[in-house]
Amino acid sequence: MNAPTDYLLQLADTALVLAQRNAEWCGHGPVLEEDLAMANISLDLIGQARYLYQYAAAGLGGDASEDRLAYFRDANEYRCLTLVELPNHGPRSGGAACAPDYATTIVRNFLHAALMALLWAELQHSSDTQLAAIAARSVKEARYHLRHCGDWLLRFGDGTAESHARAQAALDHLWPYTQEFWTPSPAELAACAHAGAPHPASLHAAWDNRVDAAIAAATLQRPPNCGFLCRGKFGQHSEHLSYLLAEMQVVARAHPDAVW
Amino acid sequence: MSTPALKDWPLWEVFVRSKQGLEHKHCGSLHAADAAQALRLARDVYTRRQEGVSIWVVPSAAITASNPDDKAELFDPAADKIYRHPSFYDLPDDLGNM
Amino acid sequence: MYTQAMDIPDPAQPAPATPDLADPAQLARFEAVLSGGGRIEAQDWMPAAYRKTLLRQISQHAHSEIVGMLPEGNWISRAPSLKRKAILIAKVQDEGGHGLYLYGAAETLGARRADLIDALLAGRAKYSSIFNYPTLGWADVGVIGWLVDGAAIMNQIPLCRCSYGPYARAMIRICKEESFHQRQGYEALLVMMRGTGAQRRMVQDAVDRWWWKCLAMFGPPDADSEHGAQSMRWGIKRMGNDELRQKFIDATVPQAQILGVTLPDPQLKWNDERGHYDHGPIDWEEFRSTLAGDGPCNRERIATRAEAHENGRWVREAALAHARKQQQRAQGAGT
Ligand SMILES: [Fe+2]
Ligand SMILES: [Fe+2]
Repeated sequence: MNAPTDYLLQLADTALVLAQRNAEWCGHGPVLEEDLAMANISLDLIGQARYLYQYAAAGLGGDASEDRLAYFRDANEYRCLTLVELPNHGPRSGGAACAPDYATTIVRNFLHAALMALLWAELQHSSDTQLAAIAARSVKEARYHLRHCGDWLLRFGDGTAESHARAQAALDHLWPYTQEFWTPSPAELAACAHAGAPHPASLHAAWDNRVDAAIAAATLQRPPNCGFLCRGKFGQHSEHLSYLLAEMQVVARAHPDAVW
Repeated sequence: MSTPALKDWPLWEVFVRSKQGLEHKHCGSLHAADAAQALRLARDVYTRRQEGVSIWVVPSAAITASNPDDKAELFDPAADKIYRHPSFYDLPDDLGNM
Repeated sequence: MYTQAMDIPDPAQPAPATPDLADPAQLARFEAVLSGGGRIEAQDWMPAAYRKTLLRQISQHAHSEIVGMLPEGNWISRAPSLKRKAILIAKVQDEGGHGLYLYGAAETLGARRADLIDALLAGRAKYSSIFNYPTLGWADVGVIGWLVDGAAIMNQIPLCRCSYGPYARAMIRICKEESFHQRQGYEALLVMMRGTGAQRRMVQDAVDRWWWKCLAMFGPPDADSEHGAQSMRWGIKRMGNDELRQKFIDATVPQAQILGVTLPDPQLKWNDERGHYDHGPIDWEEFRSTLAGDGPCNRERIATRAEAHENGRWVREAALAHARKQQQRAQGAGT
């Protein structure tokens, strides 16, 4: 059977919002070579989001389209993981200005790619053949993102006192948001029951292994599993998503009838 | 031991094999702190349009080049060894391809 | 792109006033290669003035690509469709790549990228005037692709035959990518012109703001141009400013007609006798003051580049520190 639309949207929203955050670095990266590499990660994620939205739109019918889904839903309709919507810097209230921090970006992408490398690998065997096909191409991308960001994590941890401190601070800041990975949403339970998607909790041990090894190699400390349990997958977001969408959607919404 | 502060990451030369069966060809350079990183970044810099199936990176400093002032003595002596080339030999037409 | 207008004196790298004290035999060999249409390679002997002029031109070209990421990058977050967002990221990324290839070509002349970037951020190096204008609407992205990248291609294709090998090879790679830039821009505008009235007005507004800046981008008339003649003789510059500008106008007018936009020049009309379009006067005062630092966005562009560079310092240092530790660990294990 096919995966429920909400499940596709959860995956698509997560990919798009992370792409939007990563693309903030385009033209502002720490070094030219890395600027190009991060743009490639953004492009991979936008590509994944587009396949998923197109598939979801086909199922919804009517006037649904990838751009209607991306540009004409509000924050409370978005189903992305809270982790990916946070700004590229340490903890702040919504709208508060703060210089971007590459450690936050790298750690966030690393934690997320470690999840997606596992999830896409499983989804290749979904009974939803179209989702399985999307998973088959996405898993290679996720593995590359994991390698790229994992290499940086090692360099930050093992690099200078400043890079070590920044990487540890980013881990401490972002870690609580990973707890959301393992708490199933209704869409995930339905996909698990009917479309051969894995139960989120079933990926936890493998994720722990991979992440723990990278953190240890980087001589960083794994933060404890505690703190607020966020619920982005349920449509309950941080203060930051609405700002991100306001900016992303402004031109499209100003010209609702336009084709681009 | 103290190492003088480097402003730039070291320079690497990048060679890309465009498809299986062809040789690696020099396509440019980039900066990276170490070999593993150079390889990874070369993928993002030089193969964005499916230009390659394999990459080599070499520290630019490790390349020993011939001196252009020696061009005459290194390369000119080959100019009159035309007997090395197959077209030097006139063979009868009815021999066919050889 | 963007080096055409660069034969303007640069206080950071003044052209040497005195002729080279070169070995006449070497000079003769150099001249023979040039007049035979050959290429000079990095290790070949070359006159100091040739090296200096090349280095100035290539580094200004590289800076232009990097600063050029900012005006278009300004619209990545707001691109009105996912397809356009992806195209724009890929395009801005390409410009970063162009900067990288060109810094690489400059490095073959003995420069260090870090020093070139320092000169840019300290305001000692020039880059194309065009990027000191603001992008005020989404249509600007399409118009920049069509006109600015279009002008760049005009300028860059002849540079693929530049006498300096590493520069020529970088230009070949860049030109392949530039044609994607111009086509995506023009196609985005075509779609908008077939859309709503508001979309058509956006496009016309952007064309009105960018047209004259693009014409100025080719640089002052050849008569006023300083080291143009020398650069032509050296094969570093292959066509004159006016000639390229005319070529650009002649190619662009029919494209504007197909698009359905008006180019904002009442004097623009076909001259049968010349076989070219005539155009109105260009405001060279504005061009000069923008190039000298007083355009609408010069300070913003440099400050933004400087901030990114400063924010990235700890990242670059971390990678170097790790590489050194790895090396030391490997040596420690070996002994
Ligand atoms: Fe470019
Ligand atoms: Fe371009």
